Amino acid sequence: MGPLMTNPSASESHEPAAPVNLAKTPLDAWHRRMGGKMVPFAGYEMPIQYAAVDPDEASSYIAKPANGIVAEHQACRNRAALFDVSHMGRLRFDGDDAAKFLDHVLTRRVADLPVGGVRYSMVCNAEGGVLDDVLVSHLETPSERRFHLLVVNASNRQKILKWIEPHLADFPSVTMSDRTELTAMIAVQGPMAIEITKKLFSFDPSRLKNYQARITDQFAKPVIVSRTGYTGEDGVELIVRAEEATRIWENILLAGREAGFTAAGLGARDTLRMEAGMPLYGHELDESVDPITAGLNFSVKLADRNFIGDEALREIKKTGPSRVRIGLFPEGKRPAREGCDVLDSNGTKIGVVTSGGPSPTLGVPIAMAYVDAAHAKDTEFQIDIRGRTTPAKPTKLPFYRRPAS
Amino acid sequence: MSRDTTKLRFAETHEWVDATQEDGIATIGISKFALEALNDLVYMDLPEVGRTLKVGDEFGEVESVKAVSPLYSPVSGEVVEVHSELPDKLESLNEDPYDFGWIIKVKLDGDLPDSLMDHAAYEKQCSEAG
Repeated sequence: MGPLMTNPSASESHEPAAPVNLAKTPLDAWHRRMGGKMVPFAGYEMPIQYAAVDPDEASSYIAKPANGIVAEHQACRNRAALFDVSHMGRLRFDGDDAAKFLDHVLTRRVADLPVGGVRYSMVCNAEGGVLDDVLVSHLETPSERRFHLLVVNASNRQKILKWIEPHLADFPSVTMSDRTELTAMIAVQGPMAIEITKKLFSFDPSRLKNYQARITDQFAKPVIVSRTGYTGEDGVELIVRAEEATRIWENILLAGREAGFTAAGLGARDTLRMEAGMPLYGHELDESVDPITAGLNFSVKLADRNFIGDEALREIKKTGPSRVRIGLFPEGKRPAREGCDVLDSNGTKIGVVTSGGPSPTLGVPIAMAYVDAAHAKDTEFQIDIRGRTTPAKPTKLPFYRRPAS
Repeated sequence: MSRDTTKLRFAETHEWVDATQEDGIATIGISKFALEALNDLVYMDLPEVGRTLKVGDEFGEVESVKAVSPLYSPVSGEVVEVHSELPDKLESLNEDPYDFGWIIKVKLDGDLPDSLMDHAAYEKQCSEAG
């Protein structure tokens, strides 16, 4: 057999074979103690999944992680799961012109983002190519100081910092601080996530609507709580001080112990977001793709505003994208993986798979792909899965939508 | 009558070989260690009966949620039997890798390669892999 544990990012993030100086998140020791299988990802050592812990030994721990990607995935869909997402970049912008500055570099309008609001947006280059997909929040501290927070992909943090620098120079009143290493980020996702976390902070997160955030605290230690996520489930993402991370993480696990909360790794995070039809930078998104091609029109607001890339995006919107993002169900059990060619019913190559694998919730393989726009409405496709041509049926994204609550 | 794992030989690539029957037929599977590391198998591809394999030839693949792993033949010879129901019972493969989980039977062409490890040497490799 080949290697037993592959790096989830190996094919994606173009990491060198022996990455040096990998960073650790504030929860690193916890992951290792609890059987996390650590792999390099975007410059960090991250748990891809948790191994089974010996039951006798585990009884001394406060909570036992589930065993493996599928169990962790199902825990999130059925109960709730905790994800360490501290590798994501967290950039804070202060100053009167912060909103104006962000409005200039983001495809989504920031100028009218109310305090407590969160928006999903792109950072594009002048050609409309996606430099990163981000969440921007407008927050207010207890002392009524307002600021904006940008959460960027781990793999793009340095690139975005470099990209922003010259543009920031045009807005001298705006100061940016990279808060990534001073803080940790924890995602609590799943149908029971809100019910359990509502008791843990001074502010009850069930009072937040989707895409709202606010600053609260746990025993006077600040916590940013945001009703957002990357799994297709209800839940929150928390930003806490690095030194408080393990305590708060364990408090959540403890509060959810009866309900079956568990820690989950990057493996489950990937299968969950895939089912939810969500793009992952380096797969569905990169600088050769624009947000309209990616089918993420809602992340671009062109009316009455100017921002970096707006001209190019107006043009693409007018002429229509040359390729489109679709969902596919490959026939049979053999999953199509990233990089597999997509063929039309005559066997001509018309696209490529960007993400693919088994869907633990649906029990069949799923794949996302870009295909030529002329084939957007085709009803039959084929995928070349390592030399074997497999029929595939198109489907609307997402593959999975959570039941209405 | 379960297979005596201490009498098995193992390839560095985690396939096991049972050639204890002394009838020139070797039974081949994947080690428990490898299956536990892979976890959550979703797909398995098997060869045709009659195919001739040389040591190191790829004879099939297993896929977990995240990874595709080729299966390499630990022996040379002709495939004489294939456990064709296994791909539909991958959970049982995980639970019982040495008995129910056999994958193919090969009519050996010559002796087993010297590179195959005995049980103790393989255990050592696994414990070092940690």
